[in-house]
Amino acid sequence: MLEVKGLRAGYGPVEVLRGLDMAVSAGEIVAVLGANGVGKTTLNKVLSGVVPARAGEIRFDGARLDGMDPAAIVEAGLIHVPEGRRIFPNMNVRENLEFGSYRRARRRRASNLERVFETFPRLRERARQAAGTLSGGEQQMLAIGRGMMAEPRLLILDEPSLGLSPLLVEEMFALILRLNAGGLPILLVEQNVVQSLEIASRGFILENGTFAMSGPAAALRDDPELRRVYLGL
Amino acid sequence: MAEAVANGLLAGAAYALVALGLTLVYGVLHIVNFAHGALLTLAMFAAWGLHAAFGLDPYLAILPMAAGFMALGYGLQRWVIGPASHGDDGNTLLVTLGLSIVIENALLALFRSDTRTLGADSGFDVVELGPMLLSRPRLIGFGVSLLAAALLWAVLSATDTGKAIRAVAKEKLGAQLCGIDPRHVYAVTFGLGCACLAVAACLLLPTFYVNPRVGNAFVLVAFTIVVLGGMGSIPGALVGGLFVGVVESLGGLLLGESLGQLGIFVIFILVLLLRPTGLFGARA
Ligand SMILES: Nc1ncnc2c1ncn2[C@@H]1O[C@H](COP(=O)(O)OP(=O)(O)OP(=O)(O)O)[C@@H](O)[C@H]1O
Ligand SMILES: [Mg+2]
Repeated sequence: MLEVKGLRAGYGPVEVLRGLDMAVSAGEIVAVLGANGVGKTTLNKVLSGVVPARAGEIRFDGARLDGMDPAAIVEAGLIHVPEGRRIFPNMNVRENLEFGSYRRARRRRASNLERVFETFPRLRERARQAAGTLSGGEQQMLAIGRGMMAEPRLLILDEPSLGLSPLLVEEMFALILRLNAGGLPILLVEQNVVQSLEIASRGFILENGTFAMSGPAAALRDDPELRRVYLGL
Repeated sequence: MAEAVANGLLAGAAYALVALGLTLVYGVLHIVNFAHGALLTLAMFAAWGLHAAFGLDPYLAILPMAAGFMALGYGLQRWVIGPASHGDDGNTLLVTLGLSIVIENALLALFRSDTRTLGADSGFDVVELGPMLLSRPRLIGFGVSLLAAALLWAVLSATDTGKAIRAVAKEKLGAQLCGIDPRHVYAVTFGLGCACLAVAACLLLPTFYVNPRVGNAFVLVAFTIVVLGGMGSIPGALVGGLFVGVVESLGGLLLGESLGQLGIFVIFILVLLLRPTGLFGARA
């Protein structure tokens, strides 16, 4: 589905990603994990065309994505729900959701809106509320709902559990599983190592610009080195 | 006194239109467009030229001029200002400043610094309204300015492109990830700003002169209005423009013609001291 080969990217003189290889296959959840500032968000931005790749290849269903502009990547169905939600604070919930279908799946806007409201009844109750006044959890639902409006063929979630209470974090991971159960492949970027590896089929650990470890999620969960570094065990 | 207020409102409408273009570009692109004055001058020359060459009445020129300047503004932002500034706001300032110098000097070279007018006496037509004598071209200008502002408001709130403009203004990355192309949105916004100038130019021409520096006087006042009304606020630009027109007119009545603008700057400084975000600005 998504294949990345030898990907390099950075800002100015700083190279953040130094040759990444990875893949997401149809129907799976792949977790990308790593400490603060290692470049997880940068990877997502390169995948969605917001930050240019300096070298390497990105293929989506066999077609090259690197070098395409973000609008064309959205059109292809690679939808990125960004870190920090990035909703439109001055517009209401419904308008925010409608923007999700600005470039893609516009003709099925009404039915997709209904589907999002079924997934997040809270958003239906607050359809006319300004998005900037929603709680953090509601804003995260809105960001994901906006992504769903585009009928993603692959969904990138950048730290969806950030800033949520433990109870909401549980709910968020359950939701991700539910989205995936419908066949949607998900690239999950997280700090929450344990829970991510519980729902993912495979994981990649980003360190110093490269994937220091990767493999089946179950194997990573039991890896003594990973447990020591990321879980302090 | 009432006549001075009324005349102030009428003059203020043109200010409001110039300020509208400036505040729109600021609110969306987050840059101060230093070429705004030169583009207004260019628009006035264009309207003057259409009249001189084809006898086209400035009021009939409003629609074609607005369309032409919309296209010009789109092209300037999309293929000159945008690419030349590499996404750096500091560069954008320099690029718009450079653009204004190029336009002004081209006009100077073509037309010298002579001052021109339409040469028609319709500029002095007056309309009797109760006890007041009001200038007809200014009355028309007032109506058209309000109409243009209402149209701009409708475009921004109801059309797809207008919504995309508001989305990019507040949350560029979020908009990009919805598949909105900010380069296109910025160019449309810059084009709308230029279209405001084109309309203002057509409305000013019957009562005003044209020379290669004429736009700067308006833009200086327009900057004041934009700050007064709140940077990026459209209702702020409209109300601020009318308000400044009245202040200028009353100032002229009380202090004499040449000191009329003094009142504007006194109020400007008071607003900055008391309410730095402007009358309609978002509280930080
Ligand atoms: N626009 C930018 N310009 C310059 N440097 C940047 C920019 N964005 C990110 N960086 C730098 O790139 C590095 C990677 O940042 P990135 O946001 O990708 O990290 P991250 O893994 O997502 O971190 P976190 O877990 O805290 O979200 C950091 O050192 C950051 O300071
Ligand atoms: Mg990040």
